[in-house]
Amino acid sequence: MDIKARVRTFILEDLLMVALPTDLADDASLRKLSILDSTGVLELVAFLEQAFGIQVKDGELLPGNLDSVDAIVSYVREKLGFQVAEPQA
Amino acid sequence: MCGIAGIFAGPEGSFPARRELEQMAAMLRHRGPDDEGVLAEGPIGLAHVRLSILDPDGGHQPLEATDGSACVTFNGEIFNHVELRAELEARGHRFRTRSDTEVLIEAYREFGDEFVHHLNGEFALALWDRVHRRLVLARDPAGVRPLFYQERAGRLAFASEIKALLVLPEARRSLDADGLAQVFTFWGPLAPRTAFAGILALPPGHLLVARADRSTRIHRYWDWSYPARLPREAPERAPEAYAEELGELLRDAVRIRLRADVPVGAYLSGGIDSASVAALARSLGADIRTFSVSFAERAFDESAHQMEMAQFLGSRHICVETRPEDIAAAFPQVIWHAETPVVRTAPAPLWLLSERVRQEGQKVVLTGEGADEVFGGYDLFKEAQIRRFWARRPDSRIRPRLLERLYSYLEYSPTATPFARDFFGTGLEGAQEPGFGHLLRWRLTQRAWRFFAPDLKAALSRDPVDALRLDLPAGIANWHPLSADQYLEARTLLAAYLLAAQGDRMAMAHAVETRQPFLDPRIIAFASSLPPRLKVAGLKDKVLLRRTMAPILPPAVVWRPKRPYRAPDAASFFCAGDPVDYVADLFSEDSLRRSGLFDPQATLKLFLKCKRQEAIGFADNMAFVGILSTLLLQHHFCRVTAAPIAA
Repeated sequence: MDIKARVRTFILEDLLMVALPTDLADDASLRKLSILDSTGVLELVAFLEQAFGIQVKDGELLPGNLDSVDAIVSYVREKLGFQVAEPQA
Repeated sequence: MCGIAGIFAGPEGSFPARRELEQMAAMLRHRGPDDEGVLAEGPIGLAHVRLSILDPDGGHQPLEATDGSACVTFNGEIFNHVELRAELEARGHRFRTRSDTEVLIEAYREFGDEFVHHLNGEFALALWDRVHRRLVLARDPAGVRPLFYQERAGRLAFASEIKALLVLPEARRSLDADGLAQVFTFWGPLAPRTAFAGILALPPGHLLVARADRSTRIHRYWDWSYPARLPREAPERAPEAYAEELGELLRDAVRIRLRADVPVGAYLSGGIDSASVAALARSLGADIRTFSVSFAERAFDESAHQMEMAQFLGSRHICVETRPEDIAAAFPQVIWHAETPVVRTAPAPLWLLSERVRQEGQKVVLTGEGADEVFGGYDLFKEAQIRRFWARRPDSRIRPRLLERLYSYLEYSPTATPFARDFFGTGLEGAQEPGFGHLLRWRLTQRAWRFFAPDLKAALSRDPVDALRLDLPAGIANWHPLSADQYLEARTLLAAYLLAAQGDRMAMAHAVETRQPFLDPRIIAFASSLPPRLKVAGLKDKVLLRRTMAPILPPAVVWRPKRPYRAPDAASFFCAGDPVDYVADLFSEDSLRRSGLFDPQATLKLFLKCKRQEAIGFADNMAFVGILSTLLLQHHFCRVTAAPIAA
């Protein structure tokens, strides 16, 4: 399972647990949807560390890294050392 | 302390049969194992089960007035019965017994319905006025003692506990959607609503008068009240003067609560409230025994502080250590007695404590309940003050950092995460509205609504928060914000949960009477009029109470920050990853489908998350405990058929 699929499964099955009326958009704010609250962040971090073998530093606990599926996936990819493709000139 | 019940038949209702009244009394016997009495007299029937505390030989009930004009069945204590008796004797009343019950009935004869204003006590009562053919039900101001009723089949039936109403043929056995929604918001149903359809609670501080033609009138005779905000809030008197007055009031409140023909003990939580009560009782010469709850988990345990206080008092102390498996084992009984879902397991240790207290032969204990509401002790009050301070400069980065000083006792503090600013910054624009301080807690609890089944959601009439806001005192907008927070705390958490599911019901499950000096009406009136800064000042709470008790208590007890009483929640129900048997049964897909109240798929995910011990947040824990207790309630009291929610 790829990173995005695993992250989405965790968010929907473990954090949210109930079905959303519409599909969760990858760029939707998890805070605004009340999926991610203050302890939900801790659960998310525990999942990321366990599932992907990364260490999340305190300074990286930022909405910019964790507030949407897209943000989480980018953050995990970066932590795993994936190269972000440079836009072609 | 006792249990009461009765039936008042109108023109279309069948007269209460003696056997019906005996059946109702039988459901209350745990409240009053010492004596039982029933009166059936045409349209009126009264029943009583008695826990003998005052005048064991003369207190049999239902009790008639000396001239036979009235008859009463009464649960509770009138602590000022000595003074009231003297006043009534001076007005020509004569007494046959030493009991406070007779004082009550003579007070009614003297003052009519105004008699409630002369009572300093905790009570729920039913008084049949034979002359005017009217039934009076009344409940104490703060709501220490419960009283439920239903009006069906032409009869008004009432009882200390709902289970006594459910034995009647006219009773419905369905849960109430709006009552459940209130539990999953405020932690308990707000009177007059209960968790049961068609069964109402007489709200605290209310009188109900029913006449022979069965017209019923309910009116509020008392409510929590605070002065309009003063332009300047500087104390008008020196703090020493306030402290001196409070010291005298507290001493007298404890003194009259030591009145009993049986020994009086005290609960010790480890905090200043119960310590104050116990120390004052000791200083008044009472040889009190003290009792407390401890936990193996350090996060919840305060036994070191309890022992420190017991040693200071020189009391014979008993500490009941509670393990998570004890909570799980007791929980079905806890819900049988609570008669409502609960979102925390905290009542369970108190059920275990009262069991031990009773085994030790003790019938009466003093508690520190009410001090946090009356004198401003909750973190929520401080949290609200900081958020209001922040709301005046929403762009400030420094102001919200004050929140980090709160909740440091929590393993997963909500202020210690990067998103705390978002959470606590929600709704800052409504900082001056009543409910601002509570809205975060209410909405956090409401996150459990996502597990409600579609039928339950569809049966909800309106958001309980909106309904509460429409039912607030007219002048609340002019009160100091702390006063509005105190009002809402007393009206919701105190009356609907702390004094009910966690208070009366857990103690009376084992016939133990609790007495709350901090809810003495004189102390409530005094505290309501205090300048707010003598309650909460910045991050200091119960400022005046601490100052008042400083000469009496050890400094460590006086100045230690408050730690709220908590118990292990969802984790209690799993041992090494395996659920307790009854929990596994209730959370099976089949059981959840038959219940009809919760979405089976989503609820199973929550169950599995708790089983994996991954539910670390309040929202998941409250949802799990709330759902489990709702399923137990349904199992105990409702026939689960096609319609678990009343239409």
